[in-house]
Amino acid sequence: MWRQWIPFWHPGLSPHSGDVDLLFTGLLIASALVLALLFFLLALFCARYRAGHQTDRDHRVKKSWHWEVSWTAASFVCFLVLFVWGASVYFQIYRTPADEHDVFVVAKQWMWKTQHPGGQSEIDALHIPVKRPIRLVMASQDVIHSFFIPALRLKHDVVPGRYQDLEIEVDKPGHYHLFCAEYCGTDHSGMIGEIVAMEPADFSNWLTQQAPSSTLASEGGQLFRELGCSGCHGGGSTVRAPPLEGVYGKPVPLSDGTTVIADDKYIRDSILMPRSQVVAGYQPVMPSFEGKVSEDQLLRLVIYIKSLAGHPS
Amino acid sequence: MSEKTYLTTDFTLRSWFLTTDHKRIAILYFASLIFFFFIGGAAAAAIRIELATPQADLVSSDVYNRLFTMHGIIMVWFFLIPSIPNTLGNFIVPLMIGARDLAFPRLNLMSWYIFMLGGCTTLFAIFAGGVDTGWTFYTPFSTLYSNSYVIVAAAGVFIAGFSSILTGLNFIVTIHRLRAPGLTWYRLPLFLWSLYATSVILVLATPVLAITLLLMATERFFGVGIFDPRIGGDPLLFQHLFWFYSHPAVYIMILPGMGVINELISCFSRKEVFGYKFVAWCSLAIAAVGFLVWGHHMFVSGQSLIASLVFSFMSFIVAVPSAIKVFNWTATLHKGSIHFDAPMLYALAFIGLFTIGGLTGLFLACLAFDVHATDTYFVVAHFHYIMVGGMVTAYFGGLHYWWPKITGRLYSEYWARTAAILIFFGFNLTFFPQFILGAEGMPRRYHVYPPVFQVWNVLSSGGAAILAVAYLMPLFYLGYSAFFGKRAPANPWNAPGLEWQTSSPPPEFNFETQPVVTREPYQYNERFDAEPQNA
Repeated sequence: MWRQWIPFWHPGLSPHSGDVDLLFTGLLIASALVLALLFFLLALFCARYRAGHQTDRDHRVKKSWHWEVSWTAASFVCFLVLFVWGASVYFQIYRTPADEHDVFVVAKQWMWKTQHPGGQSEIDALHIPVKRPIRLVMASQDVIHSFFIPALRLKHDVVPGRYQDLEIEVDKPGHYHLFCAEYCGTDHSGMIGEIVAMEPADFSNWLTQQAPSSTLASEGGQLFRELGCSGCHGGGSTVRAPPLEGVYGKPVPLSDGTTVIADDKYIRDSILMPRSQVVAGYQPVMPSFEGKVSEDQLLRLVIYIKSLAGHPS
Repeated sequence: MSEKTYLTTDFTLRSWFLTTDHKRIAILYFASLIFFFFIGGAAAAAIRIELATPQADLVSSDVYNRLFTMHGIIMVWFFLIPSIPNTLGNFIVPLMIGARDLAFPRLNLMSWYIFMLGGCTTLFAIFAGGVDTGWTFYTPFSTLYSNSYVIVAAAGVFIAGFSSILTGLNFIVTIHRLRAPGLTWYRLPLFLWSLYATSVILVLATPVLAITLLLMATERFFGVGIFDPRIGGDPLLFQHLFWFYSHPAVYIMILPGMGVINELISCFSRKEVFGYKFVAWCSLAIAAVGFLVWGHHMFVSGQSLIASLVFSFMSFIVAVPSAIKVFNWTATLHKGSIHFDAPMLYALAFIGLFTIGGLTGLFLACLAFDVHATDTYFVVAHFHYIMVGGMVTAYFGGLHYWWPKITGRLYSEYWARTAAILIFFGFNLTFFPQFILGAEGMPRRYHVYPPVFQVWNVLSSGGAAILAVAYLMPLFYLGYSAFFGKRAPANPWNAPGLEWQTSSPPPEFNFETQPVVTREPYQYNERFDAEPQNA
């Protein structure tokens, strides 16, 4: 395959990484051509026009504007092609993931904690089935980290204070590096793990073997009661709060007249900053849970609320 | 002709530290910058020794993080940004335009004191215990999590910024107001056009850095939520503000280098620069468009895809004027009469290295490839090709070129060429393997790394050893020549620029009589067809 011809380059292993590799090859060829032309001209001029060497130096090019216009236009057109090419692949890489098999990733100094919906939890590792798009929901407990899998040509920062979605898919079973690419303090270079890609059958075996006693949704439900959320949001409560059954994925009218889709981000924000987006018809009385719940707990709450809308967990 | 030069008017310490002579202030800057260059270089050496093996063996992770932070902060703010403007620029600008001094001589001296105050503050932070945030000070790590001397180091950078602003202001006013009679804008040497563009960025961008650092300090000190999401801030806001300064700052660092290259290529090809007006306006175009590309540092940060699209496009656009310059320099060689003196070797090295740095910049501007390559060694290699391969090479070239004017002495051409060639090979061996490391996915700022990356790291460290020796060489042969070198004539290169019309070294007020300009720059053909005399 053509990709093996790039020296020191291991072909990427995801559907998009083929496109990235092709782009890289295109960039390499374009650069090689430019450099070859430049170095050839430099060498030629340095040899032919070296001082003391008798050669034709008459008729120097004086009018320069048509040269300038030509190489400006040529550079611009080449750059435009590269720009469009790079952008089109970028939009594929970062397209909004389909709501498929979700895996939750919490980054903290200095480890990756990954959790499957069934409650299977891993440290510095992530088991996934091959040839199936996986949606990662990533959050950071502290500083900015960056989730980087070189073999998939894929990277996304994990910025605290928000969820990041990322779709990953691996073509071939194997073990691949997972790096933290954004400097995050003392043990930044120790924040590495591995992606274990398995055949679908092996993966379901693995899920069964690792299955804990409770799913993330049921743990979230337990938190929902412990933290007192159910006191207002549960059925039959005296304080008026919007019911959460079936709300996930639906449009929610807000008191300022706008509407938002109740996705992971909205639910997370509503727990931490309840007064920023109040549901129409309700008073801003909910206290903030900022600093009272960890990212792990937040994830479980989000998954619980999601499960109330009948989403599979 | 007066016997007294600017070096011999007075020998007292007071005459140096209270001087308002732009040439003496340039020397003060020069001495300080050598000091900072070798401090930053020592940190780089320690980093490369540590990275020769995958494990942690020389230093702990905390020390390693402090080393690369110190390397970055010192090299960016206390070497690269002031390097050419404050030494060569300070010395040459008034000479090139036929003036007695810069427009504001006392402000010039003040800028050096401010610079030293900033430098000492930062050095204090480093020796008191160090900073471990990286030179980029990313939040919320720098505001809430880092247990090091962040505020002190940032204060040093903050203070040094005022020195940058004053220098930029001084150059702008000088170039506008103090040009010799007949020296129209299109008769200015291109070095001045690029310094002018640099000064505009210094004046417009540096205040944003000051604001950013101040906001960071406010959050760290008083816990006001600006960047930390836990107290209502936005971490990406910091990156927007920081790169709004720091990307234009990249052009602050490279534009003066490009300016020097014009002078060198033209002088040693005995020919005017091809496409003068295009090159001149390209400098300003780079300065202007350079303000609109900052978001290309954030393609994987989760900023909107549309924003990424725009920033990627602008990054390709800003590469066009740089490409135009490279083509014009190459065309300048055509039908010239090329001399391979040491400054020209540096200039040719610059063209090659800058082009590689520029082309790999396009790789990173290309959105999909940047997703893979950002925050890896590919980026490290790319900006070192521009900053070291480009800027430092141009600085050394300019230093050799104007050395006879500055010191009045000639250096050893043999040693100068040897050092130039050694720097070229050492540089490539150090940084080319880092492109491969980055393409293979090795993240930057890694103290320990998986053993698969070792081969290229060993090559890179080996190259760094050669580079270290090569960078020390000029210290010896230039240092020797400053005291024992052959006396330089007024115009050793037979160049037409005004700075060569006065004696070497120049008298205190530069010119005995006010020069008058009647010609375009770089007129080597007609009157100055003779060869350089230094060969």
